[in-house]
Amino acid sequence: MAKKDSFVNMVVTLFVITAIPAVLLGFVYKFTKEPIEKAKQIKLNNSIALVVPGADQAEINQFSVMPENGKDSLEFYEVIIQNEIKGTAIKTYSDNAFGGRIVVMVGFKPDGTIIDNDVLEHAETPGLGDKTSKSKGNWNSKFKNKNPKEFKLSVKKDGGDVDAITAATISSRAYCDALQRAYDTFIKYYNETKIEENNNSANLQTELETNEIEKGENE
Amino acid sequence: MNQWKNFTKGFIKENPILVLILGTCPTLATTSSAINGIAMGLATTFVLVGSNVVISLIANMIPSKVRIPAYVVVIASFVTIIDLVMQAYVPAIYETLGLFIPLIVVNCIVLGRAEAFASKNTVTSSFFDGLGMGLGFAMALGILGAIREILGAGEIFGFKFMNQGALVFVLAPGAFIALGYLIALVNKLKK
Repeated sequence: MAKKDSFVNMVVTLFVITAIPAVLLGFVYKFTKEPIEKAKQIKLNNSIALVVPGADQAEINQFSVMPENGKDSLEFYEVIIQNEIKGTAIKTYSDNAFGGRIVVMVGFKPDGTIIDNDVLEHAETPGLGDKTSKSKGNWNSKFKNKNPKEFKLSVKKDGGDVDAITAATISSRAYCDALQRAYDTFIKYYNETKIEENNNSANLQTELETNEIEKGENE
Repeated sequence: MNQWKNFTKGFIKENPILVLILGTCPTLATTSSAINGIAMGLATTFVLVGSNVVISLIANMIPSKVRIPAYVVVIASFVTIIDLVMQAYVPAIYETLGLFIPLIVVNCIVLGRAEAFASKNTVTSSFFDGLGMGLGFAMALGILGAIREILGAGEIFGFKFMNQGALVFVLAPGAFIALGYLIALVNKLKK
């Protein structure tokens, strides 16, 4: 029934049988590439619009910033409507959650007030830790319109202002940790850019002055 | 008549999960809700039908010493196709099943049917065998998912009728408990 098990036979068969799917999968990849990217983009835009209202029709300026503590950089999405930053959505994370990493999207007003927030990815226990996501409860609303400057982002057990989810203190802590990381990076980034802008204009001034002095010396 | 038999045996008589107890890993992991279970079952059905047909076509051309790698390549190709297609067109379901779609490659049902049935039978028989086995798998996953969803979360297909269910059924132990009772029930019915 089957072909003879000669060496050449086996090599040729395996070659043919891997070559055909390789070509075929290349085509499938090509056809699905665009829809996959589109689906990812839509998902991202939806999650940005979730935490910064109006983001679906706005210009979005995307960049990543390294937080002071943490392994990976945070994704910043500045929502710009009519040349004005309406808010910044930040994709942040915490590695201290019950199921490893929890990824959170949070939107800040330019002054640092939290607009809204939701979980993007998690591996928490269903029915307990997954109540941190918006679809499973109203835990996220605790942070709405709060400015972390006055509102301490840690659970009450640790001396903060947040009521932890019953039986899910670890998830609650991790969520606060993720928000805190986003807030710290947010404040640090915008302070730095402000200082940089000031420095730039200061530099420009001194340059002008030196130019003038040089000119004067030349004369 | 013979084809009808090939088709129907996958549902009760030789149901891959409830009778043969194959592929329990995706079964336990993806049945946290009915819709997840059915989606996983249908993805597996597609792979099963595809690989069964192709393998029954090429079985005579493959030297028997390299047949297992050859079958795995065929199966993996179909899995990659369904993986990409699901990513593109049903991203919401893909997200929840995610990891378990690529893992269909190592699902013993698929390789088992290729080795035990498709390599020895005609294309039409293999097609019906794959379809029956796959739909039987999907049916079992759907039932298991529905039981767990009803008891665990108090809802079915997004329709909520109970505020809080028994949490254990959504977690891993609940999957074992539900599957155990389901297998016992099928054994009882078969006798």
